[in-house]
Amino acid sequence: MSLSNILNNWSHYRRGAEEGGHHDYEHRWTMAINLDKCIGCNACSVACYSENNLAVVGKAKFDKGQAMHWMRIERYFDESEKEFPDSGASFLPMMCQQCGAATCEPVCPVAATYHTPDGLNAQVYNRCIGSRYCSNNCPFRVRYFNFYSYYESSWPEPLNLQLNPDITVRDKGVMEKCTFCVQRIRVAKDKAKMADRRVIDGEFTTACAQVCPTSAIVFGDTMDKDSQVAKLWKKQQVERVVTKQNKSNSELRGYRIFEELNVDPSVMYMERVRDTEI
Amino acid sequence: MIVSEKDINEQIKWAQINTDVLRSLENPRKAYWVALFICFAMFSCAVVAEVYQYQVGLGPTNLNNPHMWDMYIATFVFWIGMSHSGTLLSAILHIIHADWRKPIYRFAEAMTTFSLLTAGFFPMIHLGRVWNLYWVLPYVSDRGHWPNFRSPLAWDAFAISTYLSASMLFLFIGMIPDLAICRDNTTGWRKKLYTAISLGWTGNDRQWRTFRKTYLLMACFLIPLAVSVHSIVSSDFAVSIMPGWHITSFPPYFVAGALYSGCAAIITLFVLLRYFFRFEEYMTTAIMEKTAKLTFAIAMVWTYLNLIEFGATWYGHNMYDKELLIAKATGPYAWVFWTMIFCGMVVPFALAVQKFRRHMPTMFVVSLFLNLSMYFERWMIVAPTLSMSHQSHQWDVMWPSIVQWAIVFGSFGWFGILFLIFVKVFPSISMYEVKEMVYHRKREAELEGASAATNKPNLEGAS
Repeated sequence: MSLSNILNNWSHYRRGAEEGGHHDYEHRWTMAINLDKCIGCNACSVACYSENNLAVVGKAKFDKGQAMHWMRIERYFDESEKEFPDSGASFLPMMCQQCGAATCEPVCPVAATYHTPDGLNAQVYNRCIGSRYCSNNCPFRVRYFNFYSYYESSWPEPLNLQLNPDITVRDKGVMEKCTFCVQRIRVAKDKAKMADRRVIDGEFTTACAQVCPTSAIVFGDTMDKDSQVAKLWKKQQVERVVTKQNKSNSELRGYRIFEELNVDPSVMYMERVRDTEI
Repeated sequence: MIVSEKDINEQIKWAQINTDVLRSLENPRKAYWVALFICFAMFSCAVVAEVYQYQVGLGPTNLNNPHMWDMYIATFVFWIGMSHSGTLLSAILHIIHADWRKPIYRFAEAMTTFSLLTAGFFPMIHLGRVWNLYWVLPYVSDRGHWPNFRSPLAWDAFAISTYLSASMLFLFIGMIPDLAICRDNTTGWRKKLYTAISLGWTGNDRQWRTFRKTYLLMACFLIPLAVSVHSIVSSDFAVSIMPGWHITSFPPYFVAGALYSGCAAIITLFVLLRYFFRFEEYMTTAIMEKTAKLTFAIAMVWTYLNLIEFGATWYGHNMYDKELLIAKATGPYAWVFWTMIFCGMVVPFALAVQKFRRHMPTMFVVSLFLNLSMYFERWMIVAPTLSMSHQSHQWDVMWPSIVQWAIVFGSFGWFGILFLIFVKVFPSISMYEVKEMVYHRKREAELEGASAATNKPNLEGAS
């Protein structure tokens, strides 16, 4: 953000989201999650822990709400007469929604979280001073703060050898969140650039999508119209930027969480279909 | 029965004013040292807690995923609020020529500066990486990094530092003639200090003319600044999209709350100074009455803004906001909410009773209740919203840990240290302005007497 850049491109930067925004997206990394397929096995969460060097904080801190699960499975129990194992529950895999109009971005005092040309909400750990305003302003509450230094307690030797070398271990006082496995995105983009081609759909995926046993999570680039995820969005008639989806068929299951807040999430969920009343 | 009495005894001699005020600077009594020691002990608690938190991280504060902010931010807003009354008394009342402010504005102005110095700590303490604090400031860096000018926290940094420097300057400028009086009446290290900081004041016409202009200019500069500072603090909340924070009326609501808590704090310190320094002659019950009336008016403004906020939330039918309001009034934080309502909206009606307004111990207790309410108000803004925001999976109730309590507790000690040192080093009553006030009152009385003497026969003849 330099002054000359702002002055030269003033009208460009003033374009609102409804006019297409000022971003010229190269890729638009997006997800589609089929809740009908989700069995709540938590494999995605575990995969995320190992892929992204997430600290395991232990039971006491987890109870206090200081866990670092970028990908969490939210359980919503049905209001039924039955006791726990028999009563039904719904699962909602929840991670950073990589909003197009993210509320976390404008409030950071040091611009540690910003919008990338790929449409991701990047978090610059080195720049973060830990004011935690971004987390307060996130309606999904998917930002996690390093309340302690975990590198000694979470990965005692020889567990430090399991750390992913492609990504840092964050120290205390830094905010972090799901990146859509940005390290994998970088590798794929670099490879594509070397071969002078576009990134091919299915060439790589995020850790959570990779391990999902039922393939409930589909990840891809919606700028690539032939990608699986773009097709799913199209099939469900879910569009970006709009505040209210206009669907020709009300039976279509696709929706985005907190559509009414106008944050433009990049994750589309597909409702669970039940054969019984809740 | 309406008791009307003079704000100040106009027969008081100028030399007497000097003696009385200068006396307060000398010979601290035992109670002073005890108070200073207690404040220092309180401050030490905060230092210990902060050192621990700095080493370990923010974990021991009990902050967690939904509750990223808590008491630190509430206390920050509280202290910023306190700072507004000084400006109200010294600048706004100066502009509207309310001369009853003259004996009490100096300590109120000092309170402004010191509560800003206290408030300034909290945004730093609450940071995860306080050692990188300076990144919020727009310094020129080779890497071309700037703070995010869209963030209310960056505005905070500018607004508070501007307000702090301006109010310090205002306090200092207003003190120059008094410092010269101190210089002329002291010996030893005090003489040296006052000589240096009274900037060669001799009290000639030219100096007075320049002084008046500067003081008026600073007053005019400070008023919009005070209003904007608390509006910006309110933007920390109003700019977000959280239920209970995203409220249009927040800037005036915060400013009203700030003036409210500030006036309550003025009453507290008024009673204490009057009692300990035996300033009964200057800090009279008549002035207390006026201060109390002002506080009552502001309390009613605050109450009104609170009620329209509740009304707008209730009839607005925003599901998140409405549920949050219901949860505030009935949920685990309900006792805080109702204490706030009672102390902030019901207790101020004591100020409407003249008998209470004239009774110093009652006023002292009432002012403490008002400030308790204002502290709870700030906490009720920060915490419940985070407990119950949009995502119901992350709903949680959290109470602050001892680390947070220690730091908040210690901040009162820090304020106490600064204020106690101030009252012994600088005159806490403005001598030259009290003299002005006495002079004007005396003159008015004389004129009234003269006109009464000449007009009386005529009036009688007419009737």
